[in-house]
Amino acid sequence: MNRTFSRRRDRLLVYQTMREGKITSARRTTCSACGAECANLEWERNLWVCPRCGFHSPVDAYYRLSNILDPGSFQELEERISPADPLSFPGYPAKLSALEEETGLKDGAVAALGRVDGCRAVFALLDSRFLMGSMGTAVGEKITRAAEYAARKKLPLVTFSASGGARMQEGIFSLMQMAKTAAAIQRFQSGGGLYISCFTHPTTGGVTASFASLGDIMLAEPGALIGFAGPRVIEQTIKEQLPEGFQRSEYLLDHGFLDRIVPRSEWRAVLGQLLALHEKGGRS
Amino acid sequence: MSRYTPEEKVKIARHPDRPGTADFINALFTGFFEQRGDRFCGEDPSILGGIARFHGRPVTVIGHRKGKNLEENLRCNFGMPSPEGYRKAQRLMRQAEKFGRPIITFVDTPGAYPGREAEERGQGEAIAQCLALMSALEVPVISVITGEGGSGGALALAVANRVLMLEHAVYSVLSPEGFASILWKDSSRAEEACGVMKLTAQDLRRGGIVQGVLREPEGGAHTDWQATFRTVDAALTRELAGLEKLRGPALARQRYEMFRAMGQGLPPAGREEP
Ligand SMILES: [Zn+2]
Repeated sequence: MNRTFSRRRDRLLVYQTMREGKITSARRTTCSACGAECANLEWERNLWVCPRCGFHSPVDAYYRLSNILDPGSFQELEERISPADPLSFPGYPAKLSALEEETGLKDGAVAALGRVDGCRAVFALLDSRFLMGSMGTAVGEKITRAAEYAARKKLPLVTFSASGGARMQEGIFSLMQMAKTAAAIQRFQSGGGLYISCFTHPTTGGVTASFASLGDIMLAEPGALIGFAGPRVIEQTIKEQLPEGFQRSEYLLDHGFLDRIVPRSEWRAVLGQLLALHEKGGRS
Repeated sequence: MSRYTPEEKVKIARHPDRPGTADFINALFTGFFEQRGDRFCGEDPSILGGIARFHGRPVTVIGHRKGKNLEENLRCNFGMPSPEGYRKAQRLMRQAEKFGRPIITFVDTPGAYPGREAEERGQGEAIAQCLALMSALEVPVISVITGEGGSGGALALAVANRVLMLEHAVYSVLSPEGFASILWKDSSRAEEACGVMKLTAQDLRRGGIVQGVLREPEGGAHTDWQATFRTVDAALTRELAGLEKLRGPALARQRYEMFRAMGQGLPPAGREEP
């Protein structure tokens, strides 16, 4: 076990301890949706859903897993994958190192093996702290390997997406990750694998147009922006204002693209139920 | 090697007189029977597709259609498909697989349409399903990028066993204008974007993204359509002959592995598995 591994694992434990109320913080955080300022402890008790307006603020991948997995079941997968700079894009390597320093992540995705209510599954999560969770070669590779691992071990696959789309700095190589991840999911599913795709705020572009839209079950957090084109691009194209709630989870549910909207506090219960329904022997 | 800069190539790739999908179909195929509609709710003319013969052999042919004059441009939405177009393409590809027909696609689009209705009907889902479907098809698939290969809207018709590209066509993650506006918040820096994006056929061939570059006549494909058609015809004939030696599962495997390998500088899959 290398050092990064234990450091990240420690962080997961810290999160779990925080939820048990053993750690307090005097700091306050302002909600980007309603502007209300609340104590971090209050945010934390509410799983970083705004205590005033219910906005599901973006959270990092480890924090999310700490809310969902059975304690002690987390095992990180494929953490050695590091990003490439295939276009030799000016300033990109420096940006990547700065983000690694800041987040402890090599790129914007985390894959793990874990249990929910005793049911084993493979998890792959995008982390929006890392260039908006955009999908470059490393992110695409991690999603693909998570699907391949799940296929080999005959386990369900659960993804949580949060992404600005393609990683511009990796150009066409980023675009090809759409084909690569979609193909991996297709292969996993045609082998009988269960794929649950969970959208969080915001998920747009190449991630929406590839693996994330291929779930056997499609779920989303309340109020998440989910789309192919971003709302600004659409408004510029059609030269009119978009209706209230356009491209939000509730809108997608109404248009037939989601099975259910799941508040953050219910992920564990809903995923536990779905995984149990697909356990072997549950078919008869 | 090439006498044109990337930004000049973008202009050539977008030239209004450049042969489009309808022109390639007219010139290279016989007995074209157009198939219309997605069988859910609509028909999207920005994707043209159907059954035809290629040197006597029935094939399914699908491509983006921009239209040749303003009226057609508007009807075809300047080659920017809606979900209906991608779902029609899926329908045609499933049928091709059912009847054992090779699939030939012509790619020429600024990108999938970023519109309100397109989003409401699931643009992202429609593209994702194209990618997933194409990756597993058990018939030969050849794509030719003839003009602009813009973003996911282009890739949705280009998950092929062989991706060929005309010499001055371009293929990129986003239009140079969009790229500049996202990265530098300044769409007027599009020329600079062309330089860093590596969107030319020559760069993409080196990067392993396309498998063949097809020579254009002096000045670009629009200066001599017949010469362009002869080149594309010869390339399709050659590639098809090679692919038809493979059985269905081998075709699907070759295509999967080719796209699977697209990501550089990455270590091999983990040794110690939990
Ligand atoms: Zn709020």
